Amino acid sequence: MSIWAPDTAEQVARCFREDAGRTVATLSRALGDIELAEDALQEAYLAALERWPRDGFPAQPSAWILATARNRAIDRLRRERVGREKLQRLAALEIPAPPADDASEEDAVNAVSDDRLGLIFACCHPALRVEARIALTLRTLAGLTVEEIADAFLVPHATMAQRLVRVKRKIRESAIPFDVPPAARLPERLDDVCAVLYLIFNEGYAASSGDRLVRRELCDEAIRLGRVLASLMPQEPEVMGLLALMLYADSRREARVAPDGSLITLPDQDRSAWNGAKIAEANDLLGRAMRHRMPGPYQIQAAIAFAHAKAASAQDVDWAGIAELYGHLERMTPSPIVSLNRAVATGFARGPAAGLAALDALPHDALADYHPYHVARADALSRLGRPADAAESYRSAIAFTQNAAERSHLRTKLRALDE
Amino acid sequence: MRSDILLSKGQIVKYMLLIYSPPVEREPTPEEWAASMPAWEAFGAEIRKNNAWVDAAPLAGVDSATTVRVRDGNRVVTDGPFAETKEWLGGYYIVDVPSLDHAIEAAGMCPGAKDGSVEIRPLVDLGA
Repeated sequence: MSIWAPDTAEQVARCFREDAGRTVATLSRALGDIELAEDALQEAYLAALERWPRDGFPAQPSAWILATARNRAIDRLRRERVGREKLQRLAALEIPAPPADDASEEDAVNAVSDDRLGLIFACCHPALRVEARIALTLRTLAGLTVEEIADAFLVPHATMAQRLVRVKRKIRESAIPFDVPPAARLPERLDDVCAVLYLIFNEGYAASSGDRLVRRELCDEAIRLGRVLASLMPQEPEVMGLLALMLYADSRREARVAPDGSLITLPDQDRSAWNGAKIAEANDLLGRAMRHRMPGPYQIQAAIAFAHAKAASAQDVDWAGIAELYGHLERMTPSPIVSLNRAVATGFARGPAAGLAALDALPHDALADYHPYHVARADALSRLGRPADAAESYRSAIAFTQNAAERSHLRTKLRALDE
Repeated sequence: MRSDILLSKGQIVKYMLLIYSPPVEREPTPEEWAASMPAWEAFGAEIRKNNAWVDAAPLAGVDSATTVRVRDGNRVVTDGPFAETKEWLGGYYIVDVPSLDHAIEAAGMCPGAKDGSVEIRPLVDLGA
């Protein structure tokens, strides 16, 4: 036993926490194989636990781990008689040079941070199924365990493990690149990346199912990955917009669920329970994004969230401005739900008659089984003094609601019409 | 054409682009056939220009397909393709490019992608 022993485990653990994400990205890119990279890296950390107590703590722990993992991968590939070309590529893998005396170790590690960006694009590649992109992003970039991911998506552990094995195999066999796409393809590929992060966030934000703690973790990871992406691509306004949008939503997380589990709509939320620090961070991001003058769907949705956040009370919300923003969103990403939101905002801005007219103009068939559509109609009709028509809409809304708490909330409103 | 995206570097993987065509009511006339050729020739030239060309061929019509199976030592020969599908395999290209993204760029330029589908399958490298 060396005197190093007590804190070596701690040193290795610290090294792992700080570097594993970047190192696995560098190795994955050189190998074109995430699974082999993960295995080699794990072997390297095990070797560190064994050798650092004996040989002393290396001057460059990250470089030591990367070099060891690379050598383990080369050994494995030699045993598997993999082509010479791949071995040469791996042997040529640059290990961060020892920093000059005046440079910090952080500089050496930052030199490989581009690889992490490439890994993000590989994990969110359009040739992969969306559920596989989400699982792989959570496993490889967020570091969640297979069990955690399976629980978050209410899938058996073995199924999720299989899904991850299959997606890593597809990346290796079809040589999905670990590169930032060329400029001509960057906008659509970045859209795919943003969509995966936002899906992860929304999966965590939906209060309807699953374990609350796991859900909270999904939101936190989506935001953390959003911050990584924003730091690696600081000139992309939609990335800032997405991060701002997630932060605005997350700021209201505690205020939006009643003790009985039902959702509290924005106007009824206790604004003092909103998280001011997150709103401030989101405001700053949105402001920086808008200075690029390249609006996109995430920035517009963030701007709508900002309009709610800046109002001192529910009565002060600038609904005319929100209706206009939904109009922009409708033109960029046409969908019946966006149109519905625009109609609802119009109703708040210009009164129930204008709101009902806007609702009447929507494609009824596309929204017929979407309960918020009927709730919006019921609300407008009741404000116009047409309780019989409002009751009919409430009954439709109740019929199309799966959430029990939401249904009982709507029944209360239906009964209130008679009074 | 965006040939800059196809330019090779680094690792080389071979992919087969399988061109599936939609069902047609009748065979194309010689004039229609001739009219479609320049687009295919331009596509082939683009592949060659990027040093990605390995092989390619159109397949004779699906009516000419013969399928062979050996079951319990008995060889069974049947007329027609192995599976009855609406879209039929009309030809293939094999390209030699650095990654799936390059193969996707190539497939996107293929005239067959406009009315049918191009399936990309990596060739397994058995090493040597």
